[in-house]
Amino acid sequence: MALQAIAFYLLAAVTVGAGFCVISARNPVHSVLFLILSFFSAAGLFVLLGAEFLAMLLVVVYVGAVAVLFLFVVMMLDVDFTALRQGFARYMPLGGLVAGILAMEMIVVASSVATQGAASANAQPLVATPELTNAEAIGRVLYTDYVYFFQAAGLVLLVAMFGAIVLTLRHKPGVRRQVIADQVARSPKTGMRIVQIKPGEGLQE
Amino acid sequence: MTIGLVHYLAVAAVLFTLGVFGIFVNRKNIIVILMSIELILLAVNINLVAFSVYLHNVVGQIFAMFVLTVAAAEAAVGLAILVTFFRNRGDISVDDVSVMKG
Repeated sequence: MALQAIAFYLLAAVTVGAGFCVISARNPVHSVLFLILSFFSAAGLFVLLGAEFLAMLLVVVYVGAVAVLFLFVVMMLDVDFTALRQGFARYMPLGGLVAGILAMEMIVVASSVATQGAASANAQPLVATPELTNAEAIGRVLYTDYVYFFQAAGLVLLVAMFGAIVLTLRHKPGVRRQVIADQVARSPKTGMRIVQIKPGEGLQE
Repeated sequence: MTIGLVHYLAVAAVLFTLGVFGIFVNRKNIIVILMSIELILLAVNINLVAFSVYLHNVVGQIFAMFVLTVAAAEAAVGLAILVTFFRNRGDISVDDVSVMKG
């Protein structure tokens, strides 16, 4: 139990510390790298909770796809980031006040819910058994009761993919593109002509 | 000492607050704002999974998966808008975003 406590405090400290570095780092590339660290430690917290499937999903989807997408865009855009940091100190006191009040309220609500709410009946977390692993438990619910929501989630991803492609697709004016219809419509009549060349004169164009 | 539900909820609350704070202080930098939104969604996911585990009900983890899906879609579309905006304007200052209307 002590080992679990040590692991929890270590992972929680890394998650929160990296989260703070995300919003305070001067260089956005460092921000993205701290975001990856934060997601990775949060995945560790999920493993500690017993939600192994979601932990691996977090690593694959966030660290493998979303964070790399962020890194890609940050490195691709040639932006002067020092100009974008103006107003950091100006909004700091008000932002800190609002954030402090928000955190305090949420922790008070969370502690009262955890000690008096419905979850307080179960002191022990749900642990996976060899008969029913975490992934199997998720699959049994996801593909039966929530199958339409699962399909809708796929549709959301499809529409997002269309949106991203349509937004970033552009046609450069100078580039010659292949037009299949023109190629198919081409006949010997339009594509070639017969020139009668007199002997000894050659072709003058 | 034993780690209970309240510990995980406290971590999620602090992470959520950091996300909100990040939106406050980085008002001009839209990339960091998008990253703050990802932090907020991560905090929500920690909440959902913690409650799912301590209520002995796996549905919370299903919902966390859907949140993950929407977060990925949001990041993709947001960054695509950002790239298009950068192409047209040459910078990504949030103050100029009103030119996108219409």
